[in-house]
Amino acid sequence: MSLPYFPGCTLKVDAKHFEDSAMKVMEILDEPLQEMKDWICCGTVFSMTSDDLMLQLASIRNLLRAEEQDIKELIVLCSMCYNTLKRAEKFITEDEENLRKVNDVMYKEDIEFHGLVEVKHLLSILKERITFNKIEEKTQKPLKDFKLGAYYGCLLLRPEDMAIDTFEDPDIIENLLKSTGADTIKFPYRLECCGAYQTVNNKDVTISRTYEIINSARKSGCEALVTSCPLCAFNLDQRQKQTAEAYLDFKKMPIFYFTELLSIALGSGWDKSWEKLHYVDPEPILKEKNLI
Amino acid sequence: MKRIGVFVCHCGVNIKETVDVEKVTVELKKHPDITHIENYMFMCSDPGQNLLKNAIKEKKLDGVVVAACSPTLHESTFRNAVEEAGLNQYQCEIANIREQCSWVHKEMKDATHKAKVIIQTAVAKLKLNESLSAISAPVTRRALVVGGGIAGIQAAIDIADAGYEVVMVEKKPSLGGHMIQLSETFPTLDCSQCILTPKMVQVSKDENVKLHVNSEVEAVEGYIGNFKVKIKQKAQLVNPDLCNLCDDCSDICPVLVPDEHEEGLAWRKSIFIPFPQAIPATFTIDEDSCLGLDPIACGKCKDVCEAEAINYDAKTQIIEEEVGAIIIATGYDLYPEENLAEYGYGKYPDVITSLQFERILSATGPTNGEVRRPSDGKVPKEVAFIHCCGSRDPDRHLSYCSKICCMYSSKHAKLYKHKVPDGQPYNFYIDIRSGGKQYDEFVQQAMEEEELLMIRGKVARIYKENDKMIIHGVDTLSGKGVQLEADMVVLAMGIIPSAGTDEFAQKLKLNTGEDGFMVEAHPKLRPVESIQAGYFLAGTAQGPKDIPETVSQASGAASKALALLSSDEIFHSPIIATVDTDLCSGCGICVATCPYDARELNEAEGVVEVNDILCEGCGACISACPSNACQQKNFTNRQLSEMIKIVAAN
Amino acid sequence: MPISLNRNKVRNELVKRIEEISAQDVFQCYQCGNCSSGCPVIDYMDISPNQVMRLAQLGEAEMILNSETIWICATCLQCSSRCPKGIDVAKVMEAVRSINLRNRDGIVKPDREDIEDIDELPPIALVSVFRKKTG
Repeated sequence: MSLPYFPGCTLKVDAKHFEDSAMKVMEILDEPLQEMKDWICCGTVFSMTSDDLMLQLASIRNLLRAEEQDIKELIVLCSMCYNTLKRAEKFITEDEENLRKVNDVMYKEDIEFHGLVEVKHLLSILKERITFNKIEEKTQKPLKDFKLGAYYGCLLLRPEDMAIDTFEDPDIIENLLKSTGADTIKFPYRLECCGAYQTVNNKDVTISRTYEIINSARKSGCEALVTSCPLCAFNLDQRQKQTAEAYLDFKKMPIFYFTELLSIALGSGWDKSWEKLHYVDPEPILKEKNLI
Repeated sequence: MKRIGVFVCHCGVNIKETVDVEKVTVELKKHPDITHIENYMFMCSDPGQNLLKNAIKEKKLDGVVVAACSPTLHESTFRNAVEEAGLNQYQCEIANIREQCSWVHKEMKDATHKAKVIIQTAVAKLKLNESLSAISAPVTRRALVVGGGIAGIQAAIDIADAGYEVVMVEKKPSLGGHMIQLSETFPTLDCSQCILTPKMVQVSKDENVKLHVNSEVEAVEGYIGNFKVKIKQKAQLVNPDLCNLCDDCSDICPVLVPDEHEEGLAWRKSIFIPFPQAIPATFTIDEDSCLGLDPIACGKCKDVCEAEAINYDAKTQIIEEEVGAIIIATGYDLYPEENLAEYGYGKYPDVITSLQFERILSATGPTNGEVRRPSDGKVPKEVAFIHCCGSRDPDRHLSYCSKICCMYSSKHAKLYKHKVPDGQPYNFYIDIRSGGKQYDEFVQQAMEEEELLMIRGKVARIYKENDKMIIHGVDTLSGKGVQLEADMVVLAMGIIPSAGTDEFAQKLKLNTGEDGFMVEAHPKLRPVESIQAGYFLAGTAQGPKDIPETVSQASGAASKALALLSSDEIFHSPIIATVDTDLCSGCGICVATCPYDARELNEAEGVVEVNDILCEGCGACISACPSNACQQKNFTNRQLSEMIKIVAAN
Repeated sequence: MPISLNRNKVRNELVKRIEEISAQDVFQCYQCGNCSSGCPVIDYMDISPNQVMRLAQLGEAEMILNSETIWICATCLQCSSRCPKGIDVAKVMEAVRSINLRNRDGIVKPDREDIEDIDELPPIALVSVFRKKTG
C-alpha cells in the first residue's frame, strides 16, 4: 500500500531533492509515497483574518480533492504546506459553521465536503507509523560523528494546537537524526523565524536572520543544519551568498533536508543531482564523514 | 391568631424610587392577617428600630415583618430589636424588597406589586413560625495551628500569650517555614533569622504550646468548639529528648541528598539537622533516603550515637487532640520553574529561583553569603532578575500577581550590589507593585543608589552561549529590543499554595478558590475566617502576602480564635432540620446527602438521628427525603406551600 | 504633537474594524512586552509589536496602518504563542495589513522591476509575499 502525499509547488522545482529523497526513503521503509491527484497551490500562508473565507479556499479545495480520492490521511513534506493545510483542516473541523459556509461557496463541486481528511507531516509519520526504532534498525550507514542542528523554524510548531511536537522544546527531528547515529545539538535559534517571505522585498531582514541562526548553530558546535521547509532552506542556504557579503566574519554551513540525510543513512544513497540544488556545497562534509 | 405588624423601609431612595411604599402600606392595611402597617425612611436607624419596638408594645404585636434589604444585612438588627421589645426573635421575618425587588425592576407598577407579594409571603410564613432558642454546646478551650511558618508561629504565640493551649502541627522537621530561608527582609533589611528565631524559641519554651513536627493532620471530626483531630507523626527514629546534637551521626552517614533548606544548592546527609537553630533542636532521619531502616545495609549512625538516641524500629504514630478552634497556616510553594521552558531552568545551572538566591545571599547559606554562581563558583558581574515568572499570565500560568516579587527582586538587586559593588543588576519587570509602608522608597533607593537598571518588558527567552546566559528582552519604554549577556539569572517565581493544600482542604471540607488558595468568609469584612465555622486563616495559605501582612493576619486569626475560646459555650442557630420518627423509614438517603455529617442512622430504632450542632440548615436532606420525614424548623413544607400559594395567586 | 485623547477616539470605527477582522480584543493587552521581546525582526520595525497594541488602545489606528512594522512582521507567531493574555498579536498585524490591502495599498508589485532576484526566488517565497503584501 502506498501513502498519499501532497507535494506543493516548490518540491517540484527548487526543492526537487526534498521530494526525491523523501520518495526514496519511504520506498526503502516499505511505505512508498504516492502523489495525490489534482492538487493545487496549498495557499502558502494561512489567512488569519476572520472575515475572508475566499483566502482559505485554496487549501480547503486540496482537502476536498483528497476527500474525493478517499484519502484519510494526507502526508505533507513542506512545512509551509503542512501549516496551511493543517490549519485549514482545523478551520473546518473545529467549527461546523465554517464547514457549512465552505460547502455553500463550493456548491459546484461534485461532492459534499465533510472535512474528513487528516493532514500529517512526514516527520509524524516517521515517528508514529514507522517508528524511530525501525529507522535505527534499518540504518545501514550511520551518520556517525556528524554534529547536526535541527532547525524547526515556525511552521511545524506554531500555533500550538497544530504543532507536531511540544512547541517550546521539541525534539522530534533530533530524535529522528539520533536514530540514524548522528549527534544532535539543540542550538538556541532552532525555533526562531528565518524571515520567511521577507526574502523577497526585505532581503536585509533575512540576511541578518541567516547570520544569527547559522552563527548560533556554529557556536553551539553544529556542522550542518537540517530542515523540512523549502523557504527556510532557501533563506538559510541560498541567502548565505549575500550573508557572506554583508558580514565579513560569516562562515558558511551546509543545509540539508532531513530526508536527504535519511536517504544516505538508510542506504538509498546520495543523488548527485541534489548537489546543484544546494548553494553551500554539501559534498565536502559528507565526504569528510565518509557518507558518500 | 397572631397580631402581625409590617414595617416597610424606604432605604432612602433605594426602595422608594421604584416601590411605591405608600401604596403598599395603604393596600396591605386591609389584609386580614396584618394588624398594623407603617413605613419609614430607614428602618435600620435607631428611630426606625424604636418605631418597631414601640409598635410591638402599643399594638400588642406578637409577630413582625420588616420589608427592607436582604436578611444577610439587617436580619440580626431587627431580631435583636424584637427581643428587646419582649418577643422571641424568630417571630421576626424579613421581606427582601430591595435586592429581590426594587434593585432589579425599573417599572414602579411592577415593583410595587411584587413588593406586596413578597411581604404577604413573609406574613404567611410568620403566621406558622415557632418561637425558638439558640442551640448551645460547650467549647474545648484549646486551638490547633496547622503550619509552623511565620504565620503559624505568630498565631500560636498570640493564643498561648492569652493563656490558652495550642497544638501546633508542622510537616517538616523544624519550625521556620520559608521565612527561615530568607536572607534579609524588605524594606528594612533586617536579617530574617535574627527576627524569626526568637519567636521560634518562644514557641518552643512556651508551656502552653505542644509542638508536633514531621506531622500532618490526618482527619478532623466534630464541629466548631469541639473538634477531634487525628495527627499522623512520622516515626521518630531519633529521640529528640536524647539527641545531644553532637553531630557524630551525620559525619558518618554515607547518604547524600539535596538539601531542602538550601533549595538544592548544597547536600545534606540522610541523618541531619535542617539548620543550626532548628526547633526542636534535634537530628532527624529522613526515612526515604536512610539505608539503616534495613539494618543489614547500614546502621552506622546508631553505632556512633553515644546518647543512644537512635531507634530504627520506631513507628509512625497517630496522635489525637481535642481543640475548639483551628488555624490554617499551611503557607506557599514556588510555582514550578520547569513550566517555563523558555527560561531554561534546570537546563542551565546559573538560572536559579528567587529562593535559591536568598540562600546564596544568606550568611549561613551554601556560599557563606558570598554571591557566587552555582555552575563554577565565579562571582557574577552581570545579574538579571526577572519579575513575574509565572505570575500575571492567565493564558499559560498563574492569573494573579504574586504580590511580593517586585519587592524581593528589588531587594535582591540591592543586596547583590552590596556584596558585589562592581556588579550590575538588571531587573526586568512589567509593573512595579510597591504599595506598603516605605516600600516604594525602598525601590526608588535601589534604583538611585545601587544603579539598579529597571527594564520594563517581559523577557522572551534565555539560552546559554559559552558561559553566559543570553537574555532576549525588550525595553517597552524605548520600544527597542534588548539583549543581555548575563552571568546569572534569578527568576522571581510566582507563589502557589503549598504542596498538598488541595487534598488537605478536601479532607477538612474547606473551600479553596480557582487559584487553589483558601477562601475567606468575606473578602473584605471577614478576611481571616473560613466559611466553615471554627476555622481561621493565616498567611499565604489564603493568598500571596509579605511578612508584615502575614503577621497581621495571623494575629487577626488568633484574636478571632480567642474570641471563640474565651466563652464557655458556643451558640448555634436553631434553624435546623429535624426528623419526624413516625414518618422516617430509616432508608438513610439523607445521611449520605448531608454535607456536614450531621446525620446518623440509628439501626436499632430504624430511624435517622440529627446532631443538632452540626446541622447547618442547608435543606439537602429535606429535598432528598422520600417520606417527608425531614422538616426544617420555621421552613416547614406547610409554610413553604403557603408562601407558594400566595405567589401563584398573584 | 501630543496624541489627543477623547471618548470618541477610544475604540473608534477603525480600531473596531481591526478588532473585528482579527477577532481580538485590543483592550486585553496590559503591555507586558512579551510580544516585542520575542519578536525576531523587531530591529527592522519602526514601532514595536507592543506599541502596535498600545496605539490601538489609544485609538491611533492610522499610525499602525501607516507603519513599516506591519509589513516587516513575517507571521512567525512567536508573539501569539507567548502572550500571557492569549491575544493573537499576529492576527492584529494581519488585520491591519488586510485593511490596507483591501484598499489596494499593497507594497509589493508582482513584476520584474519590483523584485530584483525574481529568477532565483523559489515559488514558495513569491506566492507567500504576493498573498501577504500585494493589494
